[in-house]
Amino acid sequence: MELARHWRQRNARYRLEGSRHRSDGTVAFPPREGSEWEPYVLSGQGELLTYAVVHQAPAGHEGEVPYMVAIVQLVEGPRITAQLTDCDTSDVTIGMAVEMTTRLLGDTGADGLLLYGYKFRPVL
Amino acid sequence: MMRPVYVAGTGLTAVGEHWARTALSLATDALRSAMIASPNQPIGALYVANALGAALGQQSNLAPAIAVAAGLHGCETLMIESGGAAGGQAIRQAMLAVASGIYDTVAVVGVEKVSDVLDERREVALALTTDGDWEGLHGVTLTSQWAMLMRKYMHDYAVASADFAVFPVNAHANAVANQHALYRFAITADKVKTAAMVADPLCLLDCATVADGAAAVIISAHPYASNARTVRIAGSGVASDAIALHERADLLDLVAVRLATSRALHQANLKINDVHVLDMTDPHAICAVLTLEALGYTPRGTATTLGASGAIRASGTVPFALTGGCKARGDVVGALGVYQIVELTAQLRGIAANQVANATVALATCSAGIASTAVTHVLVAE
Repeated sequence: MELARHWRQRNARYRLEGSRHRSDGTVAFPPREGSEWEPYVLSGQGELLTYAVVHQAPAGHEGEVPYMVAIVQLVEGPRITAQLTDCDTSDVTIGMAVEMTTRLLGDTGADGLLLYGYKFRPVL
Repeated sequence: MMRPVYVAGTGLTAVGEHWARTALSLATDALRSAMIASPNQPIGALYVANALGAALGQQSNLAPAIAVAAGLHGCETLMIESGGAAGGQAIRQAMLAVASGIYDTVAVVGVEKVSDVLDERREVALALTTDGDWEGLHGVTLTSQWAMLMRKYMHDYAVASADFAVFPVNAHANAVANQHALYRFAITADKVKTAAMVADPLCLLDCATVADGAAAVIISAHPYASNARTVRIAGSGVASDAIALHERADLLDLVAVRLATSRALHQANLKINDVHVLDMTDPHAICAVLTLEALGYTPRGTATTLGASGAIRASGTVPFALTGGCKARGDVVGALGVYQIVELTAQLRGIAANQVANATVALATCSAGIASTAVTHVLVAE
């Protein structure tokens, strides 16, 4: 169930909170450690760098097949890996504008957590 | 540098779904063969490479068990885990131990036993080389990572998926003559084109099967003592890269493969064009494409053309996957780096199934995940 593992990432998962460097303004995601970094909520806007459609899933994701995983270039500079949602595989093109949305990432079972976090969808 | 290091005896099992055998059984089999082939070489230490045993919840700490089974009770043992780079890492550590003078002889075994679990659990174990919190959590599999790179490559260089088929076709053609291969049948480009998708754009016939097997090499300060040609480990290099693809500056640059190889070639005082035969981590065509480009054989975006030219065949200028590659020999994950040394030693000794004529320099490169760790060895016949 890994409660602590999911709890400690809640800000990053739910609101795309990363870090900004206090001196030069560089934005990072996932969040960085160290006093030179301050919390920073990213806009969620980005561009699709690449994607793949998964048909053979690892345990825990069987019910989602087929699903799309993607790497998104966020406007602030970092890149992020996430699933694509709210679109068919035929709607997807490299370079298209996408935005972050909070979705159910998984269900860890009757005694566990419902995991929420970021996915990306086409900007309409 | 320290004293020269040689490959003495070698051994391996066939790659397959060995329902009746345990990892221990496979490993001991390969090790005994290598020891029998290396007479009068008492083993100082045993290094074991295994990527998935602990990840599958089946067995960790296998090295001492293998030591006992092989009659080496009490010897120094070491377990190495590093995804698909584990085998190369074990070879390197053995080389360093012998080169330093601490031991005259170190046995290396690479073993993988994956067929006891179903696909879904195996995919989870393979995905452990991804960034668990920032990639694996989202259902990213190792195959889907390669698929994302293939998609980007096709987009950036205007290459069609059909252009990749030459790699699995070549791999299967080579495996026909290899007695230890998982799949010993040829396939056609048409078959590849119509195969079902595993992680689009990667189809079934462009995805290696992870299977069971074990290989062993005796690393020694003494050249092999029989009629066989002396094979020396002339160079060894390791390099690392960010484990998450989104942390990479250039998605299509396998930096770790390039660095590990330049380190190994530098130690061997050789250039890439001095290599007569090679082997790499190639579960998909895109792996071979990006590796050939990282090794400097062909400019970015052109490796499918190199494949189409026939250069990758045994008779060509860049022959690789001569035992079938990961696709047809089988993907033995942590054991791959050791299988590669066994197979390339056979090439340098002139006894390989798809023999490259007059091969005296071989290069083995293997990697974990998307080359987050890469290990390269250069072997020379003397």
